[in-house]
Amino acid sequence: MISDLFSVTVLVGILASGIRLATPYLYAAIGETFGQRSGVLNLGVEGQMLLGAFAAFYVARTTGNLGLAVLVAMLVGAIMGLAMAFVTVNLHAQQGISGIGFYLFGLGLSDLLFQKMLGTVETVRGFPKIHIPVLSDIPGLGEIFFSQNLLVYAAYLLVPIAWFVLNKTTLGLKIRSVGENPEAADSLGVSVAGIRYFTIVLAGTLSGIAGASLSIALLNVFQQNMTSGLGFIAVALVYFGGWRPWGVLGGALLFSMVNSLQLWIQVLGIPIPSDIAVMMPYVLTILVLVATVSRVRGPSALTKPFERED
Amino acid sequence: MKNTVRLFVLFVLLALVVGACGAPATEAPAMEEPFRVAVVMPSAINDLAFSQSMYDALLRIQEDMGGSENFEIVYSENMFVVDDASAALRDYASQGFDLVIGHGSQYGSSLQEIAPDFPETSFAWGTTVDTFGLPNVFAYEAASDQGGYVNGVIAASLSESNTMGVVGPIETGDAKLYVDGFVAGAKATKPDIQVNVNYIGSFSDVALASEAANTHVSAGADVLTGTAQMVVGAIGVAEENNVLWFGTQSNQTSLAPSIVVASQVYHWEVVLAEIIELINAGTLGGQSFVIDLANGGEMIEFNPDYAVPAEVQALADTTIQGIIDGSIATK
Repeated sequence: MISDLFSVTVLVGILASGIRLATPYLYAAIGETFGQRSGVLNLGVEGQMLLGAFAAFYVARTTGNLGLAVLVAMLVGAIMGLAMAFVTVNLHAQQGISGIGFYLFGLGLSDLLFQKMLGTVETVRGFPKIHIPVLSDIPGLGEIFFSQNLLVYAAYLLVPIAWFVLNKTTLGLKIRSVGENPEAADSLGVSVAGIRYFTIVLAGTLSGIAGASLSIALLNVFQQNMTSGLGFIAVALVYFGGWRPWGVLGGALLFSMVNSLQLWIQVLGIPIPSDIAVMMPYVLTILVLVATVSRVRGPSALTKPFERED
Repeated sequence: MKNTVRLFVLFVLLALVVGACGAPATEAPAMEEPFRVAVVMPSAINDLAFSQSMYDALLRIQEDMGGSENFEIVYSENMFVVDDASAALRDYASQGFDLVIGHGSQYGSSLQEIAPDFPETSFAWGTTVDTFGLPNVFAYEAASDQGGYVNGVIAASLSESNTMGVVGPIETGDAKLYVDGFVAGAKATKPDIQVNVNYIGSFSDVALASEAANTHVSAGADVLTGTAQMVVGAIGVAEENNVLWFGTQSNQTSLAPSIVVASQVYHWEVVLAEIIELINAGTLGGQSFVIDLANGGEMIEFNPDYAVPAEVQALADTTIQGIIDGSIATK
């Protein structure tokens, strides 16, 4: 019943689930934020995540070395980012369409590699939960915030770092200026191509970790198309968050918390049809988007290729 | 600029080609007049669930018939886009296969459209009972409520917390039958048991399936079950929390040997053998089939490494007998 929703078990459950569900979104959407702030829309996130997820799973499965697995996932994501950068920065390809191309490439290649190298769904020993001493013993809060795995903690740590880099460093200033007014940035000696290469490769790297966070930390399995649209939701979260890391965090948490809330609504037997319950996160996201986004302006040069006028 | 566009088109084509490489695969061609069957499936042939149950059944038939010289299998997997599946079905039909299977209820309307164009080809689809009144369409379904009921009986007997959780995909078809059967079996064994059911609205969202399982565990469940291919995420959570798991569609023991108790396994070969016999005798369709515990199309396969108490095993056996002889109703 409705009142059951407000018991401690349920609230703790919703928050702990929400924090885990938000993890892959954070990596992917923070990376995407960097890309978009420099003027590049990367719709290939999902493909990069799938390849990262497979690479991490395969390395963890064969070597048992989780650190190496994450590194390889980052490398795979970075290579995908490099290819994306070449196509969009050097070849001036239409960003949305080429992103879809990269998504299909990642989807197909991860599937092919899975078939050839593993062949069946298997499990792997992934990152264990880390119980932070003392703090994890706090009732409720301990389970929510201090009993998660390493990649979950790192994802949340990434938010202030991204905020700092974007807003308080010269590099961040260059990224923002390239996304707002590449001609002006170029005339001041900022390498537009260099900055965009950097952000797209960074975005790919983070998408690789996003995939790894699924396959070797949260789920510890690999299955074809296991991201199931997460990468596209991550792109939407960047708009939702108004191209700011803290906004992205808010959006990711809101979406994930409502998703875990709807799981509890069904478990508690609250009489809402399951089809309506599973719609809740999406409906709410659209509502918030409609209410807020018109007030936030995106990077002016987003999706516009830069060509130097000599 | 023109060059750029050309390069880009080339790149997308390359991506599509590589993407497509994962899907179709063909067994070696045969020497003389083999029985040729083509199947289109919504997920992967190794999904440990719905699609694998059909692929494994075809392999068993192939073995019985003496290998690929006598029985040729061609498949397209991961056909979650119905339009693509429809094109594949028409393609197979025009290539003159003896039997073209659309393994998914979402393919029904495509088959209804395609089958009349190929009156010499036999089609089969499931899970359903509807042959559209067409003379060259067979329909098949699984009485998954039966295995669900048996799983529910065993699960309720083993639950100590008196709370169990079910992770379902979308509240329809085969999944709903299984889940309702599981709940009925559990309630028949322990009327006061709490069975929490969660439909996550997706057949592929592994992450959400995993959190659904976490939700059940937080709500006190010590036995979990679930159906469709995204449950691999839920099985991982069950293993981590050391709660029991009951599988369906395929044998899921290999994923978590320490906590899987039993799986309801589909043996579609029972139905396929009948269909093939009919086709060879000249009947191309018009009939529907059900696999269940009685005809051996459904089997409860226990994990040999999990010791089920003798009295629970005995209860499971009498339940199976009761369903077969009709004394137990599972719906």
